[in-house]
Amino acid sequence: MKKITITKRKSINLILQFIFYLYLKQVPYILTLFTIIMEFKPRIIAFLCNWCSYTGADLAGTSRMEYKPNVRIIRVMCSGRVEPTFVLKAFANGADGVLICGCHPGDCHYQEGNYRCLRRYMMLQKYIRQIGIEPDRLKLEWISASEGKQFAELVNSFTEKIKELGPSKIKDIIKTFA
Amino acid sequence: MEEKKPKLKLAVYWAAACGGCCVSVLDVHEKLFDIISAADLVFWPIALDTKYHDVEKMPDSYIDVTLFNGAIRNSENEEMAKLLRKKSKILVAYGSCAHLGGIPGLANFTTKDEIFKRVYFESESVTNEKNVIPVPEYKAEEGSLFLPSFYNDVKSLSQVTEPDYFIPGCPPQSERLLEVFKAIVSGAELPPKGSVIGAEIKTQCDECIRKKTENKRIKKFYRPWEIKDDGVTCFMEQGVLCMGPATRAGCGYRCIKGNAPCRGCYGPPPGTPDPGAKMMSAVASIIDEKDPEAIERVLEDLADPAGTFYRFSLPVSLIRRKIL
Repeated sequence: MKKITITKRKSINLILQFIFYLYLKQVPYILTLFTIIMEFKPRIIAFLCNWCSYTGADLAGTSRMEYKPNVRIIRVMCSGRVEPTFVLKAFANGADGVLICGCHPGDCHYQEGNYRCLRRYMMLQKYIRQIGIEPDRLKLEWISASEGKQFAELVNSFTEKIKELGPSKIKDIIKTFA
Repeated sequence: MEEKKPKLKLAVYWAAACGGCCVSVLDVHEKLFDIISAADLVFWPIALDTKYHDVEKMPDSYIDVTLFNGAIRNSENEEMAKLLRKKSKILVAYGSCAHLGGIPGLANFTTKDEIFKRVYFESESVTNEKNVIPVPEYKAEEGSLFLPSFYNDVKSLSQVTEPDYFIPGCPPQSERLLEVFKAIVSGAELPPKGSVIGAEIKTQCDECIRKKTENKRIKKFYRPWEIKDDGVTCFMEQGVLCMGPATRAGCGYRCIKGNAPCRGCYGPPPGTPDPGAKMMSAVASIIDEKDPEAIERVLEDLADPAGTFYRFSLPVSLIRRKIL
């Protein structure tokens, strides 16, 4: 009886040692995995207009261009459809950045939807600066249907910018509120 | 002896408010006698000497209707809001402060520390050599003294408890209060819980008496004193910012009748999560410029967009307070 227990203990020890050895070998991998998990991954909401920018983003995809996976694209019929409420709601629900893309000035499918978007964007910029959100978290850019490359570059540069700014505090502050 | 219908029990309480809402209840003038004949006022700090502990002694759901005005600024406000919720059958958020946070809600542009610094140290009329600031608990020789603790954020009533109805306005129009009161007394079927009563469902512009055209184009914003108002044309068409497009109707457009643009105290129309954003959207679409620099120039005239568009509604807006 006694002997068996000793061997059992020994074997358990051996197994543990083996696991520990395996573990030691994995340490660098685990560390890199850990840093990847802990790394700040910005969540970016992009409102793209159906006629130019969404098609542009589609072109980036079909041309197999690589760009950062941090944007969540929402297709709207026109950039003029993007209400300030949409942008603020995105921020309130935890978006780290909001990107609005529309047709180039003069190219709007509905003639002047993108000008309305521009004015709302500028008004919003003024508001978010006052309320304490970094103005860089909101960006408006014109992307035409042929500008897949520009879209990919825009997403990359905007993601980098948001990474520099760090995670948005808005959602946490709202949580403490009510 | 003739059996009488039991009288209604009515309470009015003020939290972080200016007192205007309580005065608006008195503004029903001689009709106050009708109210008193139909209801007993059991708790009303501005007019009666009922103490908090008297309210605490009341059985639950003892009060029929409580008109709660004022925002939630400190722990006393919150405690009373929860107490009155327990003691009342119908709790009404009365006035803009209880409904949306109101003017006190603008304090959310700053913090508790900033407010204390300004009020107790920097204010021109204050000398505070010992650097005394209010603390929730103070130990004196005779024992501990307590003060309500001051919150960092101003909240609306619905953010701390569940009011049944909302009556908007700064202050609510007394006629509307009478209508609501009559409906309750007559036992008419009440609207579903959580609805805004004593107001319309359309926007201010919809019932405004000023002359409006489709051609709204703004090249420059004016302050009301900068223009010679003709008394007829829509304020927005004259370049004066008017909150009408994003404000619920029902006040009887009194400000407009007095030749002043709407400030938005009746809050957003139904289905609008963020009144200021709606207003920004409306204003931006009528600016008559396409060039970014020109738009910037027009927007420069708006000195304080956040304070203007969220004058009464900052605590219930999407972002709720200044992010620091």
